[in-house]
Amino acid sequence: MSKPTNTYIWRGAAGLALWWLVYRHLAAAAAWLTYTLLGLKSGSHLASAVEFFIFEVPKVLMLLTLVVFGVGIVRSFFTPERTRRMLAGKREFTGNVLAALLGIVTPFCSCSAVPLFIGFVTTGVPLGVTLSFLISAPMVNEIALVLLFGLFGWKVAAIYLVTGVVIAIAAGWVIGRLRMEKHVEAWVYQTQTGDGAPDEELDWPARIRFGLDAVKDIVGRVWLYVLIGIGVGAGIHGYVPENFMASIMGRTWWSVPVAVLLGVPMYSNAAGIIPIVQALLGKGAALGTVLAFMMAVIGLSLPEAIILRKVLKPLLLTVFFAVVAAGIMLVGYLFNLIM
Amino acid sequence: MKIQILGTGCTKCKKLAQHAEEAVNGLGLDAEIEKVTQLSDIMKFGVMITPALAVNGVVKSAGKLLSAEEIKGLLK
Repeated sequence: MSKPTNTYIWRGAAGLALWWLVYRHLAAAAAWLTYTLLGLKSGSHLASAVEFFIFEVPKVLMLLTLVVFGVGIVRSFFTPERTRRMLAGKREFTGNVLAALLGIVTPFCSCSAVPLFIGFVTTGVPLGVTLSFLISAPMVNEIALVLLFGLFGWKVAAIYLVTGVVIAIAAGWVIGRLRMEKHVEAWVYQTQTGDGAPDEELDWPARIRFGLDAVKDIVGRVWLYVLIGIGVGAGIHGYVPENFMASIMGRTWWSVPVAVLLGVPMYSNAAGIIPIVQALLGKGAALGTVLAFMMAVIGLSLPEAIILRKVLKPLLLTVFFAVVAAGIMLVGYLFNLIM
Repeated sequence: MKIQILGTGCTKCKKLAQHAEEAVNGLGLDAEIEKVTQLSDIMKFGVMITPALAVNGVVKSAGKLLSAEEIKGLLK
């Protein structure tokens, strides 16, 4: 093993140890700050909100940094070009499954949705398979996954992962079956595409830089959403009465579709929405309803619709959104039923 | 030498163009920097993820905001 690689390993281990040490003492530090330093009265609305905020902000930001770094390293093994080659010419069902899984690990931002879509469909990736990828990439979000794991435990995280993948597979497959290729804007198929970027073999220091860049980029972009999300969460946590949410976001038949409708115009990212979700659940909201709300906020957004309108004709765009929304609602009802 | 910056105008694309300029000036090269912003033109390069950088018509990097130093490495 070469010397620079060794240095990286030592630094990484030291960094992780320090991270863990700080992370373990956050709860105690938040309590001390709230009750001793600020002298707030235990049990009051304000103290409850303040403690929530002081505890959750560093906790979520620390989790986020670690996860984004880890995912950055995983993603350095995948590129859109490699994903496209793996998907080209795949049969429908197998292709949908593979596309939904690759959607999780391929680096993706919604600003690249259009070039990606064109690059896929013009090189022999079936329309339904391409859409499976485009659904799974934003919806099964690594940030959401880890925050859910950190805040609610592995069961909720697993539920989110599995249902997200299943929705992506099923929705893409359904649209593929509907044979809607003619509802793609005509210019898409006339676009000529070249060979793209050459694959480069990265060494470990380069992969670590890739991870650090991802942290700088993503944490730099979402920290404000996290702060606002936790602020709203803290307000709910401190001031909304217990079980208040059970009536609005509970198990009535209309709560799931309403949660989805509310979620679509809200454009936030996973890091901002999950602290709110956590606070809602604490006040008696039903898991299925909240999960549907969260998936609608992350997976169905108006800006994405506007971007995709460039390549999809209105009918296909509507079907796309309707199928995904139906999938999300199904998940909501399912979990309200079994949990 | 011709350097092309591919991107539809996102912040990262603008920064990449800046870095490319710094790299060219740093090396004292005689190079033209062109911004390719039309999606159909970008697709002709086969790039699916922006920003991307091409030198003399060949894509060298896609989906990454290269630093000026990294671009220098590609130009040498």
